[in-house]
Formats: sequence, C-alpha cells, structure tokens
Amino acid sequence: MTATIVDGIIKAFQLIFSLDPEVYRITGLSLYVSGLAVVLATIWSIPIATILGLKNFRGRKFLRGSFSAFIGIPTVVLGLLFYLLFSRSGPLGFFGLLHTPLLISIGQSVLITPILISFITSAIEAIDMDLRDLARTLGSTEIQASLSILKEASGGVILAVLAGFNRAFAELGIAMIVGGNIYKRTRILTTTIALETGKAEIAQSIALGVILVGIVYVLNISMSYLRKR
Amino acid sequence: MRELIKLRDMWKSFGEVNALQNVNLTIPQGKITALLGPSGSGKTTLLRIIAGLDIPTRGKFYYKGTLISGNDQANLRQKATLVFQKSVFFHTTVYNNVAFGLKLIDEVSKEQVSNKISEALALVRLEGFEKRQAKKLSGGEQQRVSLARALVLDRELLLLDEPTVNLDPKNVSIIEEAIHRVNQEKKTTIVLATHNMFQAEAISQRVALLIDGTVKQIGTNKDVFGKSNKHLESFARLENVFSGTAKQSEGTSTIEINENLKIEAAFSKSGKVSVHVRPEDILLSTKALKSSARNVFKGKIVGITDLGGIAKITVDAGRKFSIQITKKSLTEMKLTVGAEIFLAFKASSVRLI
Repeated sequence: MTATIVDGIIKAFQLIFSLDPEVYRITGLSLYVSGLAVVLATIWSIPIATILGLKNFRGRKFLRGSFSAFIGIPTVVLGLLFYLLFSRSGPLGFFGLLHTPLLISIGQSVLITPILISFITSAIEAIDMDLRDLARTLGSTEIQASLSILKEASGGVILAVLAGFNRAFAELGIAMIVGGNIYKRTRILTTTIALETGKAEIAQSIALGVILVGIVYVLNISMSYLRKR
Repeated sequence: MRELIKLRDMWKSFGEVNALQNVNLTIPQGKITALLGPSGSGKTTLLRIIAGLDIPTRGKFYYKGTLISGNDQANLRQKATLVFQKSVFFHTTVYNNVAFGLKLIDEVSKEQVSNKISEALALVRLEGFEKRQAKKLSGGEQQRVSLARALVLDRELLLLDEPTVNLDPKNVSIIEEAIHRVNQEKKTTIVLATHNMFQAEAISQRVALLIDGTVKQIGTNKDVFGKSNKHLESFARLENVFSGTAKQSEGTSTIEINENLKIEAAFSKSGKVSVHVRPEDILLSTKALKSSARNVFKGKIVGITDLGGIAKITVDAGRKFSIQITKKSLTEMKLTVGAEIFLAFKASSVRLI
C-alpha cells in the first residue's frame, strides 16, 4: 500500500507537470463550479447576514440558530433533494438542469449558504455597534452605515467566503447525485476521485487528491497572507 | 436669545424604565449649554435624541422652530453631530477616521478634505498624527481625534457626551480650549453632557440640571450655581455644607457649627440653619491673613485631589473644608498633605440652604 501511495504522489506530480489536459479540464471545472457557487451564495448571504447582524426583530434568534444548525447538513441529503426537484418528473424538471455544472453550483451554493450567513453574522456581531451610530452621526445614511460595518467586518467576510469555497470544492454528494459524474460534462475532482477509487485506480485518485488539497492549501495561505496585509 | 432646540414634554422609555421624564428644555443658538447630572440621569439618552440617533417615546422636538418627526432624523444628523463618551474608531488611520464624514459630502474636494483635517487636528493639537493608526493612540489622543472628527464637519450643533471623563489634565485642557474656541470663533452651538460641576460652570453659559431623567433646574451659570439648592446638593453632594445654630447680631449671623468653629454669615437668621460655602470662594494662605474676610481659620491639609486644570484641597479646620484652587497655585504654594494652612472666606460667601 505504501508503494501505491508513493506511486500515486509521483503520478500526481507527473500529471500536474505534464500538463495533462484531462486533469486540467477536471480541475478547471471544479474551480468554476465551486467558484460560481460561492459567488451565488455570497450575493444573498451578505444582505441576509447584515440584517441578522444589525437588526433586532422577532424570529431573529430562530433564524440565526437554524442557519447555524444547517452548517452540518449532509451533502447527499441536499443532493437527493435537488435530484428530486430537478429530475425530469420533478417540480423544477422543466428547467432541464439535471446533470449540468450549473445545477451542481446551485446545489453547492445552498450547501454553503448557512456557513456564509453564520460566519458573516458572527463577524458583524463582533464589531462594536457604536461604530454604526458613529457613522450615522457623521452623516451616513442607514445603508452607508451598514456598509461601514460590513467593511469593518471584511476580514470575517473573507474567512466566511473561504470556508464556503472549501466546503463546496471538497463536497461529493451533490456533485455526484445531481451532476451524475458525466465524462467531459460534469466530472469534477471529487467525483473523479470517487470513480477512480471505485475502479481501484488508487494512484490516479491520490494524484487528484493531491491536486484538490494543494489548491485548497494554496488558496487559504494566499488569502491569509492578503488578510494580514 | 434665539433658540436652536426646544424640547417639550419629552419622554424616553426602555421597557418599563423611563430614561427621560417630561423633559422641557431650550437650547439657545451659539451658546454652550451644559447638561449636568450624575451617571444614569439621562444625559446620554437626551443627547442621542437631539443628535437624531434615537426617537423619543413621546414629546415634541423643535429645531429652529420646526417640529421634527421620526422621518426628519436623517436631516437632523446633517445639522448635528455627537462625540461619544467612549471613543470608537474605524480600523484605519487618524486621517481616514477624521475624513469619514467629509467624504460623504459630494461637493468637498480631496484638497479641501486634506486642509480641513489639518485644521481640525491642529485645533486639538494633534498635528502630524494623520498617518497613525487611530486605535493605537492613547485614551486622551483618541478623544481628541473624536473631537476633530466632529469639528471637521462644521455642523451648527455639536453634542459632546462627557468628552473629558477619565482624561489627564493636559488632555482635558486641550479639549476644553478647543470647545471654547469653536464656540467663540464659529459660533457653534454646543451641548455638553458632564457630571463635573466645575467643568459645567467653567465652560458653559447655560446649565440644565438633569436628575433621574428630569430637568430639575435650567438657567445661566449664575442662576444654577449662584445659590445653593436641594437639587444641586443632592446631585453634587455639595461640599462645605455645615449645620449649626445661628445667632443674629447687627445684620449678620454667627453660626456655631461646633465648639471650635463659628462661621459668620451676611444674613440675619436665628435658630437651626444649614449653610454652604463654595469651594472656589475660599482663599488659602500659608501665613496668617489680615484681610476683610470675616471667616479666617487655621487648619491642616488632609487631602489633595487632581481634578484636571484645578485641584481640590481638603483642609481640617474643626470641620473639613473643600477648597478649589488652580493647579498653578498648588505648584507655586508647594502645598502638601499634613501642612498647616490658613483659610479665609467672606461672610457674604456663606449661603443659606
């Protein structure tokens, strides 16, 4: 087994540096799908988290708790739900999105929404709320004052986005169930690893695993460096 | 006297707690008005309403004669700005913090922003601090930046919530000087919340005494501090209050406080009385005084308290007297605890409570 692992790592570097088109296509699609998921989730998570972080209204605690609870939702359950919704006979089947990268992105965006909302809300709550009043007394409108708070919480927002990307990039359940792992269409890093492992192509799986972990590592280190600056 | 703000029958409640109760207050334009009161008396709540940050539970708020409703708050915030008791800053430089409000105004150019910031920082004596991180400054410097951030906007109403609390004398005098200059040179109307009676008397032209959410007294400094009253006494825990038996003689009274202490007062009254002598009305001398003062006592210094630009000296002369002198006098007279001292005050400085 040790030899297999070493062989896999060597193969991984061979695949990376030999510019294997299939590996780059799979990696590119993975980045695209998860990147799009993060963009979509960020679009709705920031306003929701800003409201949760700044406003006090009835049901706020319940919502806040619910989003926290859904952080750990199993990806296969979400994948199954999306499959049922978007399969040909499902209520949203007319969109024809099943087995498309877009549906994987949508599924992943829903998966990471609780992460983004919970993390961004916490980052906003950690900011001294006197700053909001300060912005208002210095002439800001309510929206400008909220944006000032969001800007102060930007470090936490970046962390939330990063955590969301990590979760989306590494998940398997949604990509497998709604994407179908179709060659040259919806095959991404995680689904390919699952497939290759099933075929006993351990070296290939390790190679793709190294790429997956390598991307997450480089991305996180870069963002951490940028945050410090 | 033109009024800038008029509050009528104003209440502010938080649940079952009434932070303000039936407040009636007029703030004159171009003057410094002190909101004097102890902690929890409603000063901050009142300032926040005037600043347009909070809405009163009920009551009427007039700005230059116009009734202000909840929808007018945004407009009100363009006319007034509040400096909070606790300095808060955006995570950036002094320059960006002071520039925050200016950058929201479309018609102000970058050059004007820069000039105004330099001017405001000079006023609080923080020239050259532009590139420093605001959060890393000392408490006094931070409060001065907070003041500069408000001054740079040139609003017609400046609201200050305990701007010098917990600051050292140097920072206190810089802030007080800046407040005074802005009022004198720009005719800015200033409302200053403070629990410091001396500061209220020294800086403001008008004083509103706020106790338990109610305005107990309002008037000029002379009106409020000129004669002792139970409200001021209850809040300020007036020092130099003595009770004794008064005897009339030739238009004056001699009050026997105890066996060793008799105070002469310029009023005619007999029987049990309580009197008050203002700490700033008492003279101190290291040598026996020959003066027209009818009350001269020898005592010992038992305490010296730094109150910013001034010092409070406590002298035991049969009873404890509090005397207010400048820091300069304290240094020049080389006063120390335990030293013998003479104190003197006129019979007319003894006020009946």
